[in-house]
Amino acid sequence: MQHGKYRFIVGFLALPLGLYALFVVWPFIQSIYYSFTDWTGLSPEFKMVGLDNYRRMLHDDIFWKSLQHSLMFAIVLPLVTISLALFFAFMINVGGRRRKGGPVISGVRGSSFYKIVYFFPQVLSIAIVSLLFAFAYNPDSGAINSLLRGIGLDNIQPLWLGDPSLALWCVMAVLVWSTVGFFVVLFSAGMASIPMDLYEAALLDGAGRAATFFRITLPLLWDTVQSGWVYMGILALGAESFAVVQIMTTGPGGPDYSTTVMVLYVYQKAFRDGQAAYATTIGVALLIVTLAFAAVVMRLGRRERLEY
Amino acid sequence: MTTTETDTTVTKIDVPAPKPPRRQREGGVLNVFSHGVLVIWAIMVVTPLLWAVMTSFKDDRSIFGSPWALPDKLHFDNWSRAWTQANMSDYFLNTVLVVGGSLIGTLVLGSMAAYVLARFDFPGNRFIYYLFIGGMSFPIMLALVPLFYVVNNMGLLNTLHGLILVYIAYSLPFTVFFLTAFFRTLPTSVAEAAFVDGASHTRTFFQIMLPMAKPGLISVGIFNFLGQWNQYMLPTVLNTDPDKHVLTQGLVQLAVSQGYKGDWSGLFAGLVMAMLPVLAAYIIFQRQVVAGLTAGALK
Repeated sequence: MQHGKYRFIVGFLALPLGLYALFVVWPFIQSIYYSFTDWTGLSPEFKMVGLDNYRRMLHDDIFWKSLQHSLMFAIVLPLVTISLALFFAFMINVGGRRRKGGPVISGVRGSSFYKIVYFFPQVLSIAIVSLLFAFAYNPDSGAINSLLRGIGLDNIQPLWLGDPSLALWCVMAVLVWSTVGFFVVLFSAGMASIPMDLYEAALLDGAGRAATFFRITLPLLWDTVQSGWVYMGILALGAESFAVVQIMTTGPGGPDYSTTVMVLYVYQKAFRDGQAAYATTIGVALLIVTLAFAAVVMRLGRRERLEY
Repeated sequence: MTTTETDTTVTKIDVPAPKPPRRQREGGVLNVFSHGVLVIWAIMVVTPLLWAVMTSFKDDRSIFGSPWALPDKLHFDNWSRAWTQANMSDYFLNTVLVVGGSLIGTLVLGSMAAYVLARFDFPGNRFIYYLFIGGMSFPIMLALVPLFYVVNNMGLLNTLHGLILVYIAYSLPFTVFFLTAFFRTLPTSVAEAAFVDGASHTRTFFQIMLPMAKPGLISVGIFNFLGQWNQYMLPTVLNTDPDKHVLTQGLVQLAVSQGYKGDWSGLFAGLVMAMLPVLAAYIIFQRQVVAGLTAGALK
């Protein structure tokens, strides 16, 4: 297999690697470099300013707000989404009525129907979902407040996205809505591979549903839960939170910076305010947060791997 | 919670006699409860989607006046207006061109790189592999600031082929990761036999290995198709010319401009128009889509 091997390797790698290096790797390296300059992005001239951008960042209140919100996105969002999804998945797959003579555990009736329906939002663009919910949240003519009026709750008419204390939760609720289905399907696949005799043994020992879940299902599913958490956290720190916040909130990032997130702040500094160098500085902070997040989740979640 | 407590007590005391009836009762109550919760979530998922479809057939006045009322008559003109006047047809065409080009490019380039990385030993193999994989966990926005100027300097800003190249580049990390794992699982004997028979490496790849990798290509293809079709951040930064907009940014632009143009019913028709093909495709290819989207996380 030696003949022409290296020529073949180079020939096959050149194009993908070249494209990747040019559009992904090189910009990453550049942006770390730019974070030490005073580049505006508008003119080609710039000079090195050392750590000035980083010093400025540490005294930037909006940066701290965006960091706080981004951390909420990375911690609260997966926590809520994954808990809901675990609950639904357990109900769908193990929650069925026990029939005489049937298998010890079984899914609820219509389990495949639920899995199909729950997955709907996952195939839609987060941009479209955000637009839809922006309408629903509209305080005067939106579907939610009008529903509240319809059932006689005329005095409960929140401003939703217009209320600084509610806006961030409204935005996060949309992401929960759109991602739960993905995890339900993911966890269902994991649960299906747990051997039946473990459940049988637990039943013989007198374990109820809750005990079965916490002693058997969750530990055996732990790897999937953990990688799901990292996966969702990275998305929630990056592309997903950008789309929802940029499309749904006033400002965007408002009202009163109550929903601004790091990825949006980078975008605004670079492409709205002409402060490209400072934007890359916040981007570097986002990179550090993302890597730290992944490391912490992997570390905290490390358990002895259970073979079954 | 109470069930847990009773359960543990029962286990400890170990009285076997009263167990079966209690269990059945618990099963019944829990069953109603669990089914109820599942139904509620299903309603919560479906309602906004049905609401959007319904709204796309209403006129502007009733959209704002009574959001939950059924349309007085089916305003199909919303749909035709959205398709022609609101440029939905252009957005669709742009999206199809960009996603078509980048999907093919991603699969070809991704499988070439993955094959070499999975099957050949050479210095730097691990380094290149991890270079690709690293791209999955880095925040793309950090690269987008300089990338804007890189793309601009190459004259590719606001062009569809420029967008295609960028989509391919940013789809490679996951594609290479997934397909490398996939190529490793394929038997080596077939390729070796072909090679002994005088086929070149290139020919072996295209005629033997690619057909064998078809299931993996389908999974990763669906994953990339949805990701690229729904992409919002990359075009927002790199594709600001309204004529070149893809569906997602076109709709967002439309929503912003409706603030003064006031054609909300047309916008809803546009939203539903963008939603339905993907939902229909999902329902038809349900099994493959789920396999494709969950494949990465389960690995």
